[in-house]
Amino acid sequence: MPFIPHTQADVDEMLAEIGVSNIDALFDEIPNELTSDRLDHVPEGMSELTMLQHMAERAEQDQGYTCFLGGGSYDHHIPSAVWDLTTRGEFMTAYTPYQAEASQGTLQLIYEYQSMMVALTGMDVSNASVYDGASGLAEAVLMSIRANKKNKSGRVLIAQTVHPHYTQTTRNIVQNQNVIIEALPMGASGVTDLADLAAAAGDSSPGALVIQQPNFFGRMEDVDALTDWAHEQNTLVIAVVNPMSLGVLKPPSEWGTNGADIVCGDGQPFGVPMASGGPSFGFICSRKEFMRQLPGRIIGKTEDLDGRTGYALTLQAREQHIRRGKATSNICTNQGLLVTAGTIYMSLMGPQGIRETAITCHRRATELQQRLLQIDGVEEFFPGPFFHEFALRLPVPAVDVVQAMMTESVLPGLVLSDFSDGNLVDAEHGLLIAVTEKRTNAEIEKYVAVLTRVLQGNTSPANPQAGN
Amino acid sequence: MSEIPNEMKYAATHEWARLEEDGTVTVGISDHAQQALGDVVYVEMPEIGLTISEGEEAGVVESVKAASDIYAPVRGEVIEVNPKLDDAPETVNEDPYGEGWFFKIQPSDLADLDELLDAESYAEVCDAEDH
Repeated sequence: MPFIPHTQADVDEMLAEIGVSNIDALFDEIPNELTSDRLDHVPEGMSELTMLQHMAERAEQDQGYTCFLGGGSYDHHIPSAVWDLTTRGEFMTAYTPYQAEASQGTLQLIYEYQSMMVALTGMDVSNASVYDGASGLAEAVLMSIRANKKNKSGRVLIAQTVHPHYTQTTRNIVQNQNVIIEALPMGASGVTDLADLAAAAGDSSPGALVIQQPNFFGRMEDVDALTDWAHEQNTLVIAVVNPMSLGVLKPPSEWGTNGADIVCGDGQPFGVPMASGGPSFGFICSRKEFMRQLPGRIIGKTEDLDGRTGYALTLQAREQHIRRGKATSNICTNQGLLVTAGTIYMSLMGPQGIRETAITCHRRATELQQRLLQIDGVEEFFPGPFFHEFALRLPVPAVDVVQAMMTESVLPGLVLSDFSDGNLVDAEHGLLIAVTEKRTNAEIEKYVAVLTRVLQGNTSPANPQAGN
Repeated sequence: MSEIPNEMKYAATHEWARLEEDGTVTVGISDHAQQALGDVVYVEMPEIGLTISEGEEAGVVESVKAASDIYAPVRGEVIEVNPKLDDAPETVNEDPYGEGWFFKIQPSDLADLDELLDAESYAEVCDAEDH
């Protein structure tokens, strides 16, 4: 039963009033070839009981594993206060309320969020958030095309070391908007090579260059050289960053001589559970000079007539409820509830807490990597420094290792071939492993023991002596 | 009632155009337009050197409540933009026909000016909008 309060009599009366014969006729202006009778991947409705049972069954599949998965979503500790506060009724909306100024608490929270994101990235301005990291990149690409007055080429180079899902999402969103996305080849060490970049750029300089740091493989790009190269060509630099890594890495505002121009990424590491892949929130920050091209809105601090502090929606004049088709974006909103969690997370952790967490992640990841490299046949997929995620080359197909290790309650990582469209040599032997501050010594020991046993072809239950 | 000086020509989209002695055309928005927009907070200017055809978007004027396109009332090349509006966009509200001008065009065909409205006809356009 759909939860629509109108009776057939109500509907008939409304249609008669406006002189339309039936509800479908309201959509006549949409061309037939663009409509679909049904959505192939959406099943029929379920009763509430069936739905609850179905979801409980699904949730059960996630239980009991030790998680070393990453690839954009990470298993960080979330202080209990984060969701205790976030799920209070006052915060329970996904949106900035449309009577925005009546919701001073929500506006203040978004204002604090923007201030923290600006402090973290070193940029001048942050918007109130976007859907997720991937759509954030698409928005950043469109923004760079609007903002780059010196270079109207419409070409955007995306390093192959950027998360493949981000690149695909960006292509989908921008492909009909006169933006040309070109992939950059990847060097042998899993980072973008400056010589390849210059060759790919060709004679005409691209409008923007997208660099991810740490990149999809966990590796460190030479962001200073790449940024300086881009700026010499009047090419804007879009930085995709993991906010947690900024606890130890320099902010994108300090990349090269002049810093990145637009910074985006996914806020999931800050207080948002992995939740089988979503939802999360995306962030997008930029230099002040490009502020007018930021999609979405900014919350500003002001004073009322009596001199009291108040918060107001600013920069909304270019949003779609005012600009319609000419809005800076017609696919963005802010992710109010998840931003609430992210903001509370940042306020509880503080710069020191984020830094300590980032350092702990890096130490534990390094420790696990060093231990695993001692196993016969296991080697670095790409040699070189990383933050908290690294790829290994296994002597057997990684998918077999994942299946074997899951029977011992370890989710050992992502299989690289799932993220390669054939352009990554030997991807089927590649395993991408993320280690957060949550992984204990015992869990790291267990990983080493289980992988050792799996590679020896012995999948018998763990030796109680092995893990402590 | 807004001010509509006789020495300007007007577009129905509320830009004014004034032929200067040196043959260039100065462009701004009318008093009526600035009143309708409210406090102007930002003006996005065309690039100097841009060649624009008649009726083409040449910028955006943004107030606290709306962002509206500015159309070029005559064809030609943009030769100058008002640098003052960067720091003081409120000048558009204070002096729309003077210090609040937007940009200057080197017109490619002065006959374009004849296609625009005179003050009297433009006043009728404004009246019609007000009612």
